[in-house]
Amino acid sequence: MSITVKFFASLRETVGMEDATLDPANVQTAQQTWAAATDGREMPANTLIAVNMEYADADATVTDGDEVAFFPPVTGGARGDIR
Amino acid sequence: MSLKLLGERFDPWTELQRHQAHNPQLAGKYGATSIFIGTMRDFNDGAGVDGMLLEHYPAMTQKHLQAISREAMTRWDILDTLIIHRFGEIHPDDPIVLLAVWSAHRSESFPACRYLIEELKSRAPFWKKEVNGEDARWVEHNTPD
Repeated sequence: MSITVKFFASLRETVGMEDATLDPANVQTAQQTWAAATDGREMPANTLIAVNMEYADADATVTDGDEVAFFPPVTGGARGDIR
Repeated sequence: MSLKLLGERFDPWTELQRHQAHNPQLAGKYGATSIFIGTMRDFNDGAGVDGMLLEHYPAMTQKHLQAISREAMTRWDILDTLIIHRFGEIHPDDPIVLLAVWSAHRSESFPACRYLIEELKSRAPFWKKEVNGEDARWVEHNTPD
């Protein structure tokens, strides 16, 4: 098995990759997942994290088979249309 | 409870009619339908915008929108919900999102519809990249309202 890592939007462009696959033996947390996937690059302060499609903290536990995603603040919906 | 994520332009009025036609169990039961339609403008922060690319995290978007639909059904006495959201290339005047809530009374459908759009905007993993001529830039902040 393995850990699947995904990057979205501006963060995908910053790290220069869309996804990565990691050996679960090397990572226990989301923070460690980031470090292993990006060769130790510093995580931008506003980065959001999801583990298995649920928002999670940097110290969230990551185990074999998990999908860990990193992305910038969301900007969806229809901006400014509700007043 | 229905949810669609579409890569192509849609007509919200046709979708509403279709949903009601395909859900005959609603007929005669609802007295209120609250809808919200978000449409792309041709300006932002005082500058013109030609179009945008709306990226999302498909599996998480699906999961999040299903979760907030279930939550709305639990919190308010409503009969049904519909969420349709675009992704991909969007142009000014294109509908981006349609939310609809059916209930017996408006006192339940209005707050449920408002809840859905606020949750969607603040938590659903969508990102906008505005395109203006040769320039493209990621939108960094969501508006609070």
